[in-house]
Amino acid sequence: MDITLVVWRQEHAKAKGRFVTYPARGISPDMSFLEMLDVVNEELSERGEEPIAFDHDCREGICGACGMMIAGRPHGPRKLTTTCQLHMRSFADGDTITIEPWRAAAFPVMRDLIVDRTALDRIIQAGGFISVATGSAPDGNAIPVPKEAAERSMDAAACIGCGACVAACPNASAMLFAGAKVSHLGLLPQGQAERHARALSIVERMDQEGFGSCTNHGECEAACPKGITLENIARMNRDYIAASFLKRPKTGGGEW
Amino acid sequence: MELRSKVPDGPLAEKWRKHRFDMKLVNPANKRKHRILVVGTGLAGAAAAASLAELGYDVEAFCYQDSPRRAHSIAAQGGINAAKNYQNDGDSIFRLFYDTIKGGDFRAREANVYRLAELSVNIIDQCAAQGVPFAREYGGLLANRSFGGAQVSRTFYARGQTGQQLLIGAYQALERQIGLGKVRMFSRHEMQDVIVVDGRARGIVVRDMVTGEVGSRLGDAVVLATGGYGNVFYLSTNAKGCNVTAIWRAYKRGAAFANPCYTQIHPTCIPVSGEYQSKLTLMSESLRNDGRIWVPSQAGDRRPPPEIPEGERDYYLERKYPSFGNLSPRDIASRAAKQVCDEGRGVGPGGLGVYLDFADAIARLGEDAIRERYGNLFEMYERITDENPYRVPMRIFPAVHYTMGGLWVDYDLMSTLPGLHVLGEANFSDHGANRLGASALMQGLADGYFVIPYTIGSYLAGTKLARVPEDHPEVRSVEAEVAERNRRLLSIRGKRTTTSFHRELGKLMWEHCGMARNERGLALALEKIPALREEFWKDLSVLGDGNALNQSLEHAGRVADFLELGELMCRDALERRESCGGHFREEFQTEEGEAQRDDDRFCHVASWEYRGPDAPPLRHVEPLVFENVHLQSRSYR
Repeated sequence: MDITLVVWRQEHAKAKGRFVTYPARGISPDMSFLEMLDVVNEELSERGEEPIAFDHDCREGICGACGMMIAGRPHGPRKLTTTCQLHMRSFADGDTITIEPWRAAAFPVMRDLIVDRTALDRIIQAGGFISVATGSAPDGNAIPVPKEAAERSMDAAACIGCGACVAACPNASAMLFAGAKVSHLGLLPQGQAERHARALSIVERMDQEGFGSCTNHGECEAACPKGITLENIARMNRDYIAASFLKRPKTGGGEW
Repeated sequence: MELRSKVPDGPLAEKWRKHRFDMKLVNPANKRKHRILVVGTGLAGAAAAASLAELGYDVEAFCYQDSPRRAHSIAAQGGINAAKNYQNDGDSIFRLFYDTIKGGDFRAREANVYRLAELSVNIIDQCAAQGVPFAREYGGLLANRSFGGAQVSRTFYARGQTGQQLLIGAYQALERQIGLGKVRMFSRHEMQDVIVVDGRARGIVVRDMVTGEVGSRLGDAVVLATGGYGNVFYLSTNAKGCNVTAIWRAYKRGAAFANPCYTQIHPTCIPVSGEYQSKLTLMSESLRNDGRIWVPSQAGDRRPPPEIPEGERDYYLERKYPSFGNLSPRDIASRAAKQVCDEGRGVGPGGLGVYLDFADAIARLGEDAIRERYGNLFEMYERITDENPYRVPMRIFPAVHYTMGGLWVDYDLMSTLPGLHVLGEANFSDHGANRLGASALMQGLADGYFVIPYTIGSYLAGTKLARVPEDHPEVRSVEAEVAERNRRLLSIRGKRTTTSFHRELGKLMWEHCGMARNERGLALALEKIPALREEFWKDLSVLGDGNALNQSLEHAGRVADFLELGELMCRDALERRESCGGHFREEFQTEEGEAQRDDDRFCHVASWEYRGPDAPPLRHVEPLVFENVHLQSRSYR
């Protein structure tokens, strides 16, 4: 296959970016999308041009490192598929493919297709956990978890933190990512103690990081390579509203 | 160099308990005065960093990825073993210990493995409390399955994403500590050297992968949890970024490297499809429960599989190992596949593949039953190969998956370089010559959650450590060495790309130090690798500059270290004149072609001491003493 790539090149965070066109010739349909980029990069290197920078690691669709806008869609045209699991047979000989980094105020571009997604880590820092110090856990079977709850929790926990939902959203909202975490932990008995506090602090942090609001486009769900559903956003909204009503001033403080 | 394992006295089952009492403690008020540097944020590293911070230590954590959540522990599919005996099927700590020792072909330290089995039960408790969504029974209790040929059901799992869920649990615990200001996180930072002051590891040199800045972080102890080195083979199931650099630099500063030749080759991976192949994908070995493995009886038979009649197929595992058949252990199944491909009977592009055929199972159970069991795996296979495994047999081939070797550590997980601790796949300690399925996650978490928080305290409490100023001559000198090395890589300005060298090294290693090794091949590799390394330093081309995000430079630095490691692996494989576990020397096999151990001469850990660029490394030996199990040979016929 012969393909034409139109790729966003940007030297560093403060540099002005531009699209550059590269031919990708003799591409096998069995190559993954990233292997196709490897081939282009080897050719660039041999010609003395700096290769295209992109994040990637496991190349089996689980680490969440890779991710780029491929022909206007996060992770490209195939449903439930990360960029590294997309293969060139999804394209036709002679295609022109535009490749861009995730575009969101909260994800500044660092170089070419690499963006800074640490805002997602900071959302987790704000409350995406169950506070249980090492050694303090009861026996694993001391807390039965209904099978249905465990399954739904697992559905939400499958999020790989790639950021495609943010890139897909016209508002660059992180509601699907955050909702998945609120659901993963809030559906389990172990997560109940901090359920309301978690929803409040996660939403607050999301706003601080510059992510937009949700206006129910549903693009995030369509783009998610792991099938995280909008139901998770609804669940976070419900927890957030309940928590806002039930919120009480902090007690305690001072000596006792 | 002395290899003192420091295994505590007393009966096996009492050692860890006794040792925990004997170890010194750090006063709670003093813990925050000790800074600990944790490198790597997979299961071992994230668990260690979070647990140490919870105790009150001042922790700094480092990873090369953009987020600690992406470490390659995340890709583990199958599950995690624990001797809970929830199934009432006769499991016990001793049985898990025994299975692990035997699976490792009697080349691991008894006391370490016993402690691992003991701690396995605490891991499940901890992870369940963190919210890891383990599979459950209808009554809400934890579900188990049997895995990797174990006779008891002791494997806990979260669909096919157990590693992901355990890592997210550890990552969330770590992020909580970061949010509380107890851990300072340095993502996109690559460790490039260890700083040794007065004979102790006191810091690391890191390169900020965004700005290119090379700087030091100093502390009272260093913990390396940097994973395995399977990418020395270029193609492996490891993530692209997995590398040996952290432990290799530690080796060159005085930490002994143990059993580097012990690598695990997993039999069920998707075969290579072309020269451009960048990594290999594992298919869960559970597929072997229903799939039958075969190749054509005649070499060079290129007919499509349905046209090959039953009588002209060789179901070689069933033929050679009638009692275990398609479920033969990983090392045995891998070697058998290599053998039939060497005979010219391999299938698919390049003849490097064997069929894993579900036709019989589909005829017997129906397509729906197979879909229910393996639907997601079949889908993954089709996504990658564009072939429908319900219609045509899958093609599989073995691939490098895990490295049992690593830095030598004592019972306290400290290397021969005082102050430098090594956890998880990066150390050598628990899996001997072959790792059992569902044991890697267990070891990473045991080391991180439940061993290092105790043992590092004892080290800190028992050691007088003067503050190392940032402008200490040793700090400045190691920083300068690292900067100079990066500058050298950039200034060669040759013609060949890093990838071309990496591929060539990988082929050499696979050919001569892969599934089967022999004296002649290893000797040849020991000539070719140094020559390739020399060419690398003469003809490498790395574009761009060092003061920016430069992925070519990152890769070049890692491959430079692989080019040195490969030689040590071959040397180790050459010197170990026996076959054991994942290390198969063709000269040492039984008449039936099975691995032949030599317990009289090789019942030991081989640990290599670096002696500078011009002297060969020195091989030291830690004898392995078995007081609680009887050495026997593995047979699967």
